[in-house]
Amino acid sequence: MKEFLIGNLTGKSLPHEWHTILGTVTFVLSLIAVVAFLTYTKRWKWLWTEWLTSVDPKKIGIMYFLVAAFMLVRGGIDVIMIWLQQALASGSDGYLSAQHFQEIFTAHGNIMVFFVAMGLIFGLINFIVPLQIGARDLASPFMNTLGFWLYVAGAVMINMFFIFGGEYAATGWLAVAPLSGKEFSPGVGVDYMIWSLQISGVGTTLGAINFIMTILKMRAPGMSLLKMPLFTWGSLCSMVMAVSVFPLLTATLFLLFFDRYLGTHFFTTSGGGNPMMYTNLIWMWGHPEVYILMLPSFGVFSEIVSTFSRKPIAFYKSNVVGMIGISVVALLVWLHHFFTMGAGAEVNSAFGVATMIIAIPTTVLLFSWIATMYKGKIQFTTPMLWFLGFVAIFALGGISGVLLAIPPVDFQLHNSLFLVAHFHSTVIGGVLFGIFAGLNYWFPKIAGFRLNERIGRYAVWTWIVGFFVAFTPLYILGLMGATRRLDKYDDGNGWQGFYTMALVGGLIICVAVALQVVQIIASYMQKRRLIDESGDPWNGRTLEWSVPSPAPSYNFAVIPKVTTRDAFYEMKLRGLPKPHYKAIHMPHDTPAGIYISVFAFLVGFGFVWNIIWLYVLSLLAIIIILINKTFKEDSEYTIPAEVVEKMETVRAEKMKAFIRTPDYSKEDMGLKEFVSTVFSWAWGLVGGKR
Amino acid sequence: MTQHHPSAETEAHEAAADDRTMFGFWVYLMTDLLMFAVLFAVYAVLRNSTAGGPDGAELFSPTLALINTLLLLTSSFTIGIALLAARNGLKQQALVWFGLTFLLGTAFLGVELYEFYEIMHEGYNLRTSAFLSSFFVLVGTHGVHITSGLLWLGVTMYYVAKRGLNRSMVRKLSLLSLFWHFLDIVWIFIFTVVYLMAFV
Repeated sequence: MKEFLIGNLTGKSLPHEWHTILGTVTFVLSLIAVVAFLTYTKRWKWLWTEWLTSVDPKKIGIMYFLVAAFMLVRGGIDVIMIWLQQALASGSDGYLSAQHFQEIFTAHGNIMVFFVAMGLIFGLINFIVPLQIGARDLASPFMNTLGFWLYVAGAVMINMFFIFGGEYAATGWLAVAPLSGKEFSPGVGVDYMIWSLQISGVGTTLGAINFIMTILKMRAPGMSLLKMPLFTWGSLCSMVMAVSVFPLLTATLFLLFFDRYLGTHFFTTSGGGNPMMYTNLIWMWGHPEVYILMLPSFGVFSEIVSTFSRKPIAFYKSNVVGMIGISVVALLVWLHHFFTMGAGAEVNSAFGVATMIIAIPTTVLLFSWIATMYKGKIQFTTPMLWFLGFVAIFALGGISGVLLAIPPVDFQLHNSLFLVAHFHSTVIGGVLFGIFAGLNYWFPKIAGFRLNERIGRYAVWTWIVGFFVAFTPLYILGLMGATRRLDKYDDGNGWQGFYTMALVGGLIICVAVALQVVQIIASYMQKRRLIDESGDPWNGRTLEWSVPSPAPSYNFAVIPKVTTRDAFYEMKLRGLPKPHYKAIHMPHDTPAGIYISVFAFLVGFGFVWNIIWLYVLSLLAIIIILINKTFKEDSEYTIPAEVVEKMETVRAEKMKAFIRTPDYSKEDMGLKEFVSTVFSWAWGLVGGKR
Repeated sequence: MTQHHPSAETEAHEAAADDRTMFGFWVYLMTDLLMFAVLFAVYAVLRNSTAGGPDGAELFSPTLALINTLLLLTSSFTIGIALLAARNGLKQQALVWFGLTFLLGTAFLGVELYEFYEIMHEGYNLRTSAFLSSFFVLVGTHGVHITSGLLWLGVTMYYVAKRGLNRSMVRKLSLLSLFWHFLDIVWIFIFTVVYLMAFV
């Protein structure tokens, strides 16, 4: 009976180690804090109707940012714990058990790839792509909210082990078989990982299908494919890759799950199973995944370089062909992740050459950016500084990548810290810096005021310094023979200094992240001064700058007609047409995405703990909600033309009233002023003066 | 929502929605096909890994597979007729043909389950060997798709009977028929790769 009710859950599954207790307490306390805040300020209804059930891609984009930022901190804590252990564990055991250490680096990888990078990329695409192509919403608003909430369900699932089970997978982020099989990983850790990735992976597939539909079918009249802004191009390439490989991940994880749950023999060492097949399948997804993250970033850089060089992008068509080239070749190189598995010299060289070929389209992009800057009037704004940081770091990552693509070299460096340093160079430089650049660039469109430039610059430089301090020692350690994932090493190796330097670098990066948070808070404090009243703070070139900041819910009061690339820039030159308002059709908000995701989470939880009634009922619930949602008629409402006109006028009036009392206090505040302002505010709060 | 607009605009709006949905569904079918591609690849790798257990030639019945193929091909034909009827607004006729498709699909599922039962009755299951794991998962995944197709078909027929054939209903039926033809095509590959190749 007990087994029927709660499956394999027992009292022992509840938290009893220091880290799980800490995690659980943090989780419960923050939950209480949020609930108390919402109840105290009576914001429950507002939260539900305005945000959680919203189908507005802009709001969903912001929610993606928030969840991803939270997960960035979560994954960042993992990193510091890893490096602290490695700095301490020279000839000793350090402060973590081997098992715990392995769980941490596994969680770090999963969180950073699936819940930070993917979340930020999807946030950016949600917010910006519809604005860039002149669309009011997405092809399927429901699929978009469903995709987002599945991502959230996955993010919750990956943290559930703190409360129930107390162990995460200790297999490395790809759960390579047969280590991840039942025989060698009997606990629930791998199951949590499978279901977390499975649920969020389905969300990614849905989101990707939706954006392909949107980009290909909902562009403003006149915007042919070769007039699309390059960020939209990068996103399109990325989403096409996502639909090409995420089904592979889903299928592979299902097979692994069947091995664990039903006792099949796909990747086991017995019964005729083939663990090497798992390595192949998972990397067929895993390698393209990196480029799924990277291509939208490349698009961001194209936009930024063009805007801040005051020139149209040079070699636009080559840039597009470069991105398409990367997408195609990236699907054909997965085997370079396991040259050492023994596929033979011919196969290895073919994949090695294919890997090196990727450098060519990537270089085409780089030349396109350089040529754009050539003879441009470059403004070194924060987004541009992020771009320059990217060039430095990504070049390092690219060069070490070409080195690793040579099979004989890879046999030496396989699974070493050199490899770890390599892929962190590409992903931090290529993905994270791109997203940070994009957030700085588009922040006015998101919030209505631009970000503080001064503290932004501090953040960029601290990040760059922190990066090199942290990862240069890893390159060196890798060449000295340190393998990745070491929880302790011999004192005689002389590695401790380098590991300690990496830890210091990690702490510098923490400071950089803190500076980014300060940057946002400081900008909020000065928002009257930083307000973007024109909707076009950078003298932008693409359509998103033609609408007011922050963008209205329907994006465009009048759908623009596009005749050239850099459509908005042309419009500004020729004079903007007088708006002629028409009725707008907008989709209704829906909570169905949340409901389905809650049940999807319960399905996963039921499978992790083998609670049969839970997953059966939850699956049924999902089916019923889907049927209900699909056959509900009339999911659109109409804003009549007069109302649109009135809303636009009211908005303009409000903006004018707001600007009438401008705050021209000096320039963007620095750190000193930030600290003193915060202190005096807190002092006033304590003294009861406010 | 329709009262406020001239009908030409509504028509354009609806046509654009049709076009988008249809395109999106094709993309979805591609992703589903890729899942099957993985399962086919896995089957191809593992089909000789019988781990001392029986192989396909011992377990499969070509007759059952042939019957199933015929059932599914016929159902593809009937759903085509049904969709034609639906597009012409012939509700009764459409319901009859959809109903026939439903019966054929159920029969297919019945035969498949019988085949599984027979194999298990002989004492083999998906734990026996890597070959049988991949067989059950590949054919079973197709079966799960057929089941969800049947569920979708049943629910849609219920709503057609209740609400009649409006535009969004015909759109849903078109997607359903695409899905059904897709499963038919996947089955052809299963028939070839799994059943016919076992007897080569």
